Amino acid sequence: MITGTGTVAGPFEGQGPLKEYFDHIYTDNMAGERSFEGAEKEMLINACFTCLNKAGKTPQEVDIFLSGDLLNQTITSGFSALELAIPYFGIYGACSTSAEGLALASMLVDGGFARLVLAGASSHNSTAERQYRFPTEYGSHRKPTSQWTVTGAGAALVAPAGKGPAVTYITVGKVTDMAIKDPLNMGAAMAPAAALTIIQHFADTGRGPEHYDLIVTGDLGKLGRQLCVKLVQSRGGFDLGKNYNDCGLMIFDPEKQDVHCGGSGCAASALVTYGHLYNKLMQGELKKLLLVATGALHSPTSCQQGANIPGIAHAVSIEMPS
Amino acid sequence: MEFEMYLYAFLVGGAICALGQLILDFTNLTPGHVLSGFTVAGGILGGLGIYDKMIKFAGAGATMPISSFGSALVQGAMAEAERNGVMGVLTGMFELTSTGITAAIIFGFLTAVIFNPKG
Repeated sequence: MITGTGTVAGPFEGQGPLKEYFDHIYTDNMAGERSFEGAEKEMLINACFTCLNKAGKTPQEVDIFLSGDLLNQTITSGFSALELAIPYFGIYGACSTSAEGLALASMLVDGGFARLVLAGASSHNSTAERQYRFPTEYGSHRKPTSQWTVTGAGAALVAPAGKGPAVTYITVGKVTDMAIKDPLNMGAAMAPAAALTIIQHFADTGRGPEHYDLIVTGDLGKLGRQLCVKLVQSRGGFDLGKNYNDCGLMIFDPEKQDVHCGGSGCAASALVTYGHLYNKLMQGELKKLLLVATGALHSPTSCQQGANIPGIAHAVSIEMPS
Repeated sequence: MEFEMYLYAFLVGGAICALGQLILDFTNLTPGHVLSGFTVAGGILGGLGIYDKMIKFAGAGATMPISSFGSALVQGAMAEAERNGVMGVLTGMFELTSTGITAAIIFGFLTAVIFNPKG
């Protein structure tokens, strides 16, 4: 059971179409801190405390904190865990970290290893762009295939019982490599991973796209989404046309916000799922949701050395008990 | 004569920039590649004496792009090499370009001291 969520967003995300679903919107990219890295940490801690507050829990009651982000050595999560003082496992799945954390948290709770697990994920445009592409101060032009790293953080509290939607099935993804080398075209690198995980999920469960009210991928963006629909159709024979969307496309307004192919980053799927979609589930507008969070498992070094960008996707089925 | 120079500056400078834009749009090369590629290309053209002719022909159209920096690196090294031999390559490399480099360092420093990035 996901008994509570917390979401905080940066100022740019706060102007997007999903702004009313975020618990807190920062007016400043620095979030009152001295550095962008400090700001990202502040956001993750805020998301965690908001989540605990809404669920009426204290950090002392939580058994395990699972968290990941995009920065080297996942410093945002580690430094946040220091302040939260909850036993901590660091995880990394690039932008798929939200689903990875949620899946592992559910397994820990379901297996009886923990009573309460907090799963968090964060990303910050200025820290991620600096690490993976160019520092924003450099003023480099962005390519039309590039995506905009979402600034924000999301957290979900998983408990064995309580009010809220339940994680009912997990399909762990395999790493795929489609020989994409361009870090400015991540949607194409991750779409095959998403497609394979979706097909595997349907094969394992005997379900089809019609079983779900909504299927969302993490951050494939405009190009990746089209590619994913095509691949699921050609390799699995399933039609995603009706109820499929992408968190990276939902979080920004493509007309008014110039983000090229859409949003990306751990926070894209975390903000959309834990904010917007969690609300829809709680209000009964959605009953069955399949989250397929996607990640690109490259590093700046591997890209500079000419290695391909491998992709991964984890599927988590989230359903309201009827 | 003067008016023609403006026109040539516009055309040559525009052509160099258009080439850079085409590289960025149609290849997987990054702005860093374009920057160093144009510098090296300017250096080669400068060494062959072609870049100087371009500057005479198009003025600022040839001096403003980064390729002019590459040309100036090589010009300085060659001029100093003629006077002092092989060691001149090392001592003369930054002779003509020291203004640009020093200005970049000083203004970069001042900007970093005064301003904070917004994101």
